[in-house]
Amino acid sequence: MSRVQAFFLGVWDFVVGDDWLTALGVALALALTAAISEVSVAAWWVMPVAVLVLLALSIRRAVRNATRGS
Amino acid sequence: MSGADIGLAVSVFLACAVEAVEALTIVLALGTTRSWSSAMGGVGAAMLALAAIVAALGPALTSLPIGVLRVVVGGLLLIFGLQWLRKAILRSAGLKAKHDELEIFSEEAEAARALGSRPVGFDGYAFAISFKGVLLEGLEVAFIVLTFGANQKRIPLAAAAAAAAVLVVATAGVAARAPLAKVPENTMKFAVGVMLSSFGMFWGAEGAGASWPGGDAALLALIPGVLVAANAIVWMLHRALPLIAGDPVAVKASERTGASA
Repeated sequence: MSRVQAFFLGVWDFVVGDDWLTALGVALALALTAAISEVSVAAWWVMPVAVLVLLALSIRRAVRNATRGS
Repeated sequence: MSGADIGLAVSVFLACAVEAVEALTIVLALGTTRSWSSAMGGVGAAMLALAAIVAALGPALTSLPIGVLRVVVGGLLLIFGLQWLRKAILRSAGLKAKHDELEIFSEEAEAARALGSRPVGFDGYAFAISFKGVLLEGLEVAFIVLTFGANQKRIPLAAAAAAAAVLVVATAGVAARAPLAKVPENTMKFAVGVMLSSFGMFWGAEGAGASWPGGDAALLALIPGVLVAANAIVWMLHRALPLIAGDPVAVKASERTGASA
């Protein structure tokens, strides 16, 4: 692995961590907020709902991994 | 000082204190088994590197348009916050092993002793491991200082809160001359996760063009809202998985599910 690849892999690991689906979900939620805001409709509710759903799904994946491992 | 400033200072202080406790364990193990001067040299070099990162990236971040800054910083803080919160929830529910500073201290000290005799003068091992430990633990804090500080144009306040945390932990470490095993690390990580997630969604949504009902006062609903939701998940896990929560085998297995935070 080249140093450039190692650098970007390190940045990815630092920012995204071990749950890339949550990071993707955050990006999609922000995009949805921006899209709804564009049409002048209240969009503040998107992020709280997204956080609740993303956190619950992330915990569910972790619990599944934990129970599968045992 | 506004409510947002207090939130900034508390979040940075707690995040930095937790990471400083973990870094202190590594430095103590190397100092007591190898060389204090070399271990402290590693600490100093890592602190300089972290200060250079903050000094270099701070002005670049603050020069971004506020909308772009908020959506980028909000998104990143939210990703970080959800990671901290997920691991804290799993630890609270007994599904992930908690940080045991005494055990980590023993492991680090054993690894250092296994290398054999100490060189006279500069000890490269103690310097390198100490440098790496402090840099890695500090990088996330530097990032939080930068993002929080840049977003509120209060990088000096964020840096001061981080410095205060390092001072408190270092003083406690010197006084105890042992790893700070009694610090409620997971509770602090839980709090940091709640704060980062709340501020992250607040700024992210604002940056994306949304307006919060009540403006900044919305944070007064978001922070307790995230706290209640996270505690509810812990409660549900305790109820749904009583066997797993008390089963050390499950805890061992869960250790493989994520890195430490």
